[in-house]
Amino acid sequence: MDFTKPTIEYADLWPLLVVFGVACAGVVVEAFVPRALRFVVQTLLAVAGILAALLGTILVARDLDVLGDGAARGTVDAMGTIAVDGPTVFFWGILLVFGLGGALLFAERRLEGGVSTFAGQAAALPGTEAERQASTRGLEHTEVYPLMMFALGGMMLFPAANDLLTLFVALEVLSLPLYLLCGLARRRRLLSQEAALKYFLLGAFSSAFFLYGAALIYGFSGAMGFAQINEAVRDDIGNQTLLLIGLGMLSVGLLFKVGAAPFHSWTPDVYQGAPTAVTAFMAAGTKIAAFGAMLRLYYVAFGADRWSWQPMLWVIAILTMLVGAVLAIVQTDMKRMLAYSSVAHTGFLLTGVLGVQQASELADGEVTSLQAVLFYLVTYGFSIIGAFALVTLVRDAGGEATQFARWRGLGRRSPVVAGIFAFFLLSMAGIPLTAGFVGKWAVFTVALAAGAWPVVIAAVACSIIAVFFYVRVILLMFFDDDDVAVSGEVASVTKPSVLTSATILVGVAATLVLGVVPGPVLDLAANAGQFVR
Amino acid sequence: MSDFPWLTVLWALPLVGALVTALVPKAPGSVLPKQVGLVFSLLTLAVGIAMATQYNTGDGMQLTETHTWIEAFGVHYALGVDGLGLLLILMTVALVPIVFVASWHEADDRSPAAFFAWALALESFAIAVFAATDVFLFYMVFEATLIPAYFLIGRFGRAGRGYAALKFLMYQLAGGLILLAAVIGLYVVSSDAGTPSYLLSDLAQLDIGTTTERWLFVGFMIAFAIKAPLFPLHTWLADTTEKATPGTSVLLVCVLDKIGTFGMLRFCLGLFPEASQWATPVVVAIALVSIVYGALVAIGQDDILRLIGLTSLSHFGFITLGIFAFSSQGGSGSILYMVNHGVGTAALFLIAGYLIKRKGTSLISQITGVESKAPVLAGLFLVAGLATLGLPGLSQFVSEILVLISAFDYHWWVGAIAVTGIVLAAVYVLWLYQRTMTGPPLPGDERHEVMVDLDRRELVAVVPLMLALVFFGFYPSPLLDVSNPMVDSLMQHVGVSDEAPSVAGHAEEGAH
Repeated sequence: MDFTKPTIEYADLWPLLVVFGVACAGVVVEAFVPRALRFVVQTLLAVAGILAALLGTILVARDLDVLGDGAARGTVDAMGTIAVDGPTVFFWGILLVFGLGGALLFAERRLEGGVSTFAGQAAALPGTEAERQASTRGLEHTEVYPLMMFALGGMMLFPAANDLLTLFVALEVLSLPLYLLCGLARRRRLLSQEAALKYFLLGAFSSAFFLYGAALIYGFSGAMGFAQINEAVRDDIGNQTLLLIGLGMLSVGLLFKVGAAPFHSWTPDVYQGAPTAVTAFMAAGTKIAAFGAMLRLYYVAFGADRWSWQPMLWVIAILTMLVGAVLAIVQTDMKRMLAYSSVAHTGFLLTGVLGVQQASELADGEVTSLQAVLFYLVTYGFSIIGAFALVTLVRDAGGEATQFARWRGLGRRSPVVAGIFAFFLLSMAGIPLTAGFVGKWAVFTVALAAGAWPVVIAAVACSIIAVFFYVRVILLMFFDDDDVAVSGEVASVTKPSVLTSATILVGVAATLVLGVVPGPVLDLAANAGQFVR
Repeated sequence: MSDFPWLTVLWALPLVGALVTALVPKAPGSVLPKQVGLVFSLLTLAVGIAMATQYNTGDGMQLTETHTWIEAFGVHYALGVDGLGLLLILMTVALVPIVFVASWHEADDRSPAAFFAWALALESFAIAVFAATDVFLFYMVFEATLIPAYFLIGRFGRAGRGYAALKFLMYQLAGGLILLAAVIGLYVVSSDAGTPSYLLSDLAQLDIGTTTERWLFVGFMIAFAIKAPLFPLHTWLADTTEKATPGTSVLLVCVLDKIGTFGMLRFCLGLFPEASQWATPVVVAIALVSIVYGALVAIGQDDILRLIGLTSLSHFGFITLGIFAFSSQGGSGSILYMVNHGVGTAALFLIAGYLIKRKGTSLISQITGVESKAPVLAGLFLVAGLATLGLPGLSQFVSEILVLISAFDYHWWVGAIAVTGIVLAAVYVLWLYQRTMTGPPLPGDERHEVMVDLDRRELVAVVPLMLALVFFGFYPSPLLDVSNPMVDSLMQHVGVSDEAPSVAGHAEEGAH
């Protein structure tokens, strides 16, 4: 038997390889660089790697081949396993931008008084002498940077994967480092470790579903590649039952990652328990990557079988929005509230995903489903990273104070911080002149254009519910100052270093600009074109 | 000068003013932010008047500016005014400085700079709402007005204002999101017809299917009925006016709520004429219920501000009735009513605010005998009250008569029910006056002894309103000249022409 060397298009794939390379280099740094220097070296390496990959993404995006009539641009690389096309580079771009934000938050050391927000020695049991020693010696885990870079690499591979196996590998590469990162909080370590364990167990469970689904789809189509699966679906040759069960199981795996109901139950615990910097990175990155993968899988591999998965998504979208919005109302912890709100946002995003239509059904210049989802992801990413970054600033003696009671009257004590947080909340609530509104408008529009009016009505109803819990927080921060006597300890704002401030400011600026002049980014998303097949 | 962007300047000026007011250095007790705010509001008024001189009555949409904004959505930055928009913008720019003067010390114990800044922001968005000729732009500023309003209610006012602000915002955003669904529906309809566009002029040409048109109409109408407000979506109104400062209430009820009735004229009738006629019986019924119910509930109130808030429910019923009677008298009457109600109710709110400041309570049962100590206050309150009940010679009378004519024209019993609203208005106004202003003071009321009459600042704020009430009561034609061409073209668009009056004399002549 001959062995043919696989061809790898390095010219297209190098941004991805840079990220993985930097991750590996980070591991080497851990082994050889003296402890005192590691923090600086690792941070610089991660930031430089991300910037280089971002530059690479832009270069790759500029000379993608135009296919056919110009509706899609890009190529299928690495023996058909990775598609580098318009949507892929768009996903790479936003993932790298949010990854940069994540790296800056990871490097924040001023808030904890000179040490990072991660555990000094993760292996030391909470409450033991070893832990105390690690703390007094000022130890810190700089391994978080390579872990983050591996996760980022996995996230970039996820929406680019063009066959089921690559998709699964990407899923694991992005998930495993995140499981670890979740358990590394410096404070409230038991909560953090519990979150990591929960995330790992449920994640492993959902991966199993995904793998089983992939096997069944292979049984149906005899292939792993999306293009071949699409052909099999179109030709309608295989066993329909295998197709439907396989599709359902693949969906379970992906819907778990995006945090859609009824697979959302890990979200609040993990978002709350993980170090807030990790939560910010994960909330934005995982959702973007998983939606990218989901869009490609549904549109490319199962596009011909739209009528099988669209009704399922109708139900899931309505359920997710409802669960997220209703359960967020009863939360009393800021991070949990943001977690449930992110579940609701998943529902809104699914509303955009199910709005796919044939190109021939769209008017000239009408918003497409992909364009709407891409734009929504951008707006959501900026506001969620900014909001979580801001949560890290509001602290009391025990570290971050995420209880609502501690935030009472924050608007009077720190009007700027409270004002910025209120702005992020208004954007998430979809108030005009913020980015969230334009995003919401876009996803609702594509759903309505595709005839999914029941979903849109449910989405409007859920938006109204969602407004309530966002506005209630603003009420708490600004208006409760003398109606209710302030009782108990309240949190105050710690001044962060330039790293966190920069992340927050970029988030605010992007949320405002995308709300007032969304045109350029919308055009960019439209320019991404369709997925290559 | 014809292509000078008047409207852009007009809405941008108060917004800049809001930023400057918020950012000027402020020592505790400093009046600088307040002065800056007032100067900006007066500048806006000046620009507004200058803009009005550029306006030619009868030329349709004028001072237009159209630029592509979000190409992917077919959204334009498009502004323009017709008679309706012009009158409401002028009312807005005139009321804001008045509110500032009247509320000069209102926020002194909190943050005066914030009060003035939010109010200017509100003014800016309200002007943009009245000038928008693109549905998407309209929706954006329509919703954006809620944020300053929310902070004005929630940060300044009486205990319980936080809850009132939340209720206000929830109602308004619920309406707004229903409107959003309808706005999105318009996009889908417009892109099905070829190219997506949100320009009013493009949308008015659309041929919308009957069912779709009705659904879209319902979406728009619910949002405007919450805004205006109409029964049964009015419950936020009383709570809000009770808890907010009188100055805030003026901005909310006299300016912001007009967006509801403005929207009915501009969007419901303008975009969905057939559906508007289809819905007329229901809307007229709701308007009638609002007129009578609002007045009845107002009679039963023991809180002055709540009472004034609920009278507005009755008045908005009249305005809506005039709009949906589909006649030129009704249309002109409603537009006139919007302006006059703004002036009259503003005067009521502000004078009631003066009274509450002196008495330390807003409960009618705790206030009596004001007349003897503060005759000017009592007298001005009476004039504003008489305007509200539609006394001939004061401005509201003209608009009320026009609306009633159209109501009788629509059907005699509609007119008959609407007239009871005027009778009930006499009850709530005169009874309120009798209870609070006349009679002996309450035994043991120390505040009564030290009560002083209106000072110069307070007079300066309300005297222009009084003059306007009297002036437009005797000479309403400037207002009618501006509004009539707009109403005529709207009625033409809707496809309604006034019935020619049948003159009885002809038949008799023939018999001779």
